[in-house]
Amino acid sequence: MDIWGSFALLLALVAAVYAVVAGIAGIITRRTLLTKSARNAGMAVGVLVTLAVGALEYFFFTNNFSMAYVAEHSNRALPPFYKFAALWAGQEGSLLFWSWLLSIYAFLVLFVNRNKHPELMPYVGVVLAGVQTFFLTLNNFVASPFSVMAGGDAAGVMHVAKLAEGHGLNPLLQYPEMVIHPPMLYLGYTGFTVPFAFALAALLGRYPGEKWIHITRRWTMIAWCFQSVGILLGAHWAYAVLGWGGYWAWDPVENASLLPWITGTAFLHSVMMQEKRGMLKVWNIWLVFTTFMLCILGTLLTRSGVVSSVHAFAQSSIGDWFVGFLALTFIVCFWAYWKNRDYLRSDNQLDSLVSRESSFLFNNLILLAACFAVLWGTLFPVLSEWVSGSKISVGPPFFNKVNIPIALFLLLLTGIGPLLAWRKTSFDALRRNFAWPLGGGVLAGIIAFVFGFRDIYSLICLILGVFVTLTIFSEFFRGARVIAARDGTNLISAVGELTMRNTRRYGGYVVHFGMVLIFIGIAGVPFNRDIQSELSPGQSLKIGPYTILCQNFDQLANGNYESERATLEVFRNGKSEMMLYPERRFFLASQVTETMVAIQTSPLRDLYVVYAGRSPESNKPVIHAYLNPLVKWIWFGGLVVVLGTGLALFPNRRAALVLRPATEQSWSDAVTASASRMGAVTQKADAND
Amino acid sequence: MNVRTKFLIGSGIIVVTLISLAYVGFTQSKTYYHTITELSTLQGASLHQRMRVSGNVRNGTIQHLPGRVDFVLTEQGKDMMVSYVGRDPLPDTFKDGAQALVEGRMMPDNRFVAEQVQAKCASKYEAAPNQTPATAQPGQTSSGSAARPSGS
Repeated sequence: MDIWGSFALLLALVAAVYAVVAGIAGIITRRTLLTKSARNAGMAVGVLVTLAVGALEYFFFTNNFSMAYVAEHSNRALPPFYKFAALWAGQEGSLLFWSWLLSIYAFLVLFVNRNKHPELMPYVGVVLAGVQTFFLTLNNFVASPFSVMAGGDAAGVMHVAKLAEGHGLNPLLQYPEMVIHPPMLYLGYTGFTVPFAFALAALLGRYPGEKWIHITRRWTMIAWCFQSVGILLGAHWAYAVLGWGGYWAWDPVENASLLPWITGTAFLHSVMMQEKRGMLKVWNIWLVFTTFMLCILGTLLTRSGVVSSVHAFAQSSIGDWFVGFLALTFIVCFWAYWKNRDYLRSDNQLDSLVSRESSFLFNNLILLAACFAVLWGTLFPVLSEWVSGSKISVGPPFFNKVNIPIALFLLLLTGIGPLLAWRKTSFDALRRNFAWPLGGGVLAGIIAFVFGFRDIYSLICLILGVFVTLTIFSEFFRGARVIAARDGTNLISAVGELTMRNTRRYGGYVVHFGMVLIFIGIAGVPFNRDIQSELSPGQSLKIGPYTILCQNFDQLANGNYESERATLEVFRNGKSEMMLYPERRFFLASQVTETMVAIQTSPLRDLYVVYAGRSPESNKPVIHAYLNPLVKWIWFGGLVVVLGTGLALFPNRRAALVLRPATEQSWSDAVTASASRMGAVTQKADAND
Repeated sequence: MNVRTKFLIGSGIIVVTLISLAYVGFTQSKTYYHTITELSTLQGASLHQRMRVSGNVRNGTIQHLPGRVDFVLTEQGKDMMVSYVGRDPLPDTFKDGAQALVEGRMMPDNRFVAEQVQAKCASKYEAAPNQTPATAQPGQTSSGSAARPSGS
């Protein structure tokens, strides 16, 4: 019984290797039977890895503490919810989880496209199986999640040992978000393998046209969306759990998750250049290669402690495997590119600096700069030790100095870019599209300034945020007005109709709006306040409009932890407003103390209270209170981003046939006009984005 | 001037701006990482840079004094006196024998004044050398830290 997990994992590796070998043989010999069997092997990998994951979960739920991984990361009293999540609590399980998600993606890709693209899919299958082979090798031979506890007896014979109780799950992971956050992030990391596989496959097979981009658009967006959600959930976890009052510290592991997100974002934008204008082919191929390699690098940074070792304390040999795999990936990518570089020749040239093309180019340039800066800052300890022998790390000031201007410039492009025409935009069109939004933004800036808003970056962020929001709303309004006038419907249903006609464009706007909300939330940071004070029962502290009165401290205990809890009453303008209960929990199985933050959240500000421990001098309890404005906007913005991505995934609804031509050819009106024209001519409404 | 040149000039301006910003940010926040053994070989300016040093807390050396906490970090037989002056309570993991990482500056009297202390319980670490539960998940690098960067 205990053996079938590792057996399934071994078979999965065999199947993956077979899928690579038979796939290549099938491509060379052009035998459909071989290709088919390679594909079936690729799909079998998914089934086998799922079995292995099922086995490991079974061990968790049956408290099988003879399994080393289970003993290390679980205990009997652990709630079932967390027993499930313990799967990805450590190295071995995380890597198995990676393989599993990847194998699910691969299964779906192979299954969905089983009767399509016969020239392309064999290559895709080989690339996917190649990546799987690497991870399954790690799962089987380097970091096996199925090792058993063993001990030698007096005669030196090894026996399987079984612990009575496990060490318990790391308390930091015992939060509901930690059950969702890693899967989201890993779904992002692994999901980028799909566009990578298609890009490499198209290059290797010299697959004609931009078809691979059309095929992978939705896959890329799904991976991007998971990655975004994963990053935000991670930030929220750091905020709600770690108790330092912030959500982003430019920690190497955080940066690792941001890097592929940045290049993925760049890729999602720059593929439009290739689809519409046949430009940037080399760039796009390399962007998707880079994104994949950054995903691997991210996993390497997260798993190996290469960089974190500056402030964490462990290294593991797994790093070498990842470095080797990264090098191999780069060599294969470069070889494929060099061999087929003539296939990537551009169809068009840049026509004007004020055009959609150039806004995309700047968008990409600036995203790549951000990516490079973050990568450089993250790897600097390693690089500096390598070059000069002394390990130097850079802190948040470096990352903020570079990335804040970049982010603001991106925000500006978010407003401008979508409204510029392809090729060249006239001055008149600029004035018509931007006068009002820009006026609105500046007005908002002036009002904020008058009300004592002085932080320059936040002020710019506010102006740009209002500007972008207004451009987005005016786009919806102008498009909807045309539909409403023509169909005689009201404006609200016209907005719905408009969105469904071109989900990609209008879903994209919703994503942009979500990003604006996130930016506004981040712009609240300069206005954060915090105060720390010793607080015995009966004493109080003041922060902003709030007075926090300490009522008492009490102790609680259950099978999993013992906790000490403060009861705080919060007053505002002399009136009692709420009770907060910050807590410190001592987890019995792992012998670790963790803090439970009490957060009172509202759209305007969060009151964030931490029971920080006892003062070393007086042994009195210390309460640390933070007042963080606008943080909630970030999480809400994340929801809007997800909604927008969801919209953009929908297929376009076909436009109704219209015989009356549109009178005004302003940019946004042209959307509906040309959509209906194309609908009339080609019955295809996927125009103008 | 053709469009390509214009685009290149625009990009050049952006890149140069970013590089100078990066340089300023870098000089402001760079922190050297040294071992205690290395400290004795450092000289001149490099001794007074902001740095991070790691080691084990020597048993019985933690003293709670008004306004600061003194202790001795030890690594491979070499000792270093540390005064923690940060205002946050020390992490719970900070106790005798724990692995600690301190960040701050070396004073002329050979005392290291730390503004941040991170610590990891030694026993847990030794029990499972290949396991780092605290680094196991994104977003977190150590199980306890007295001062985290704020306002980032």
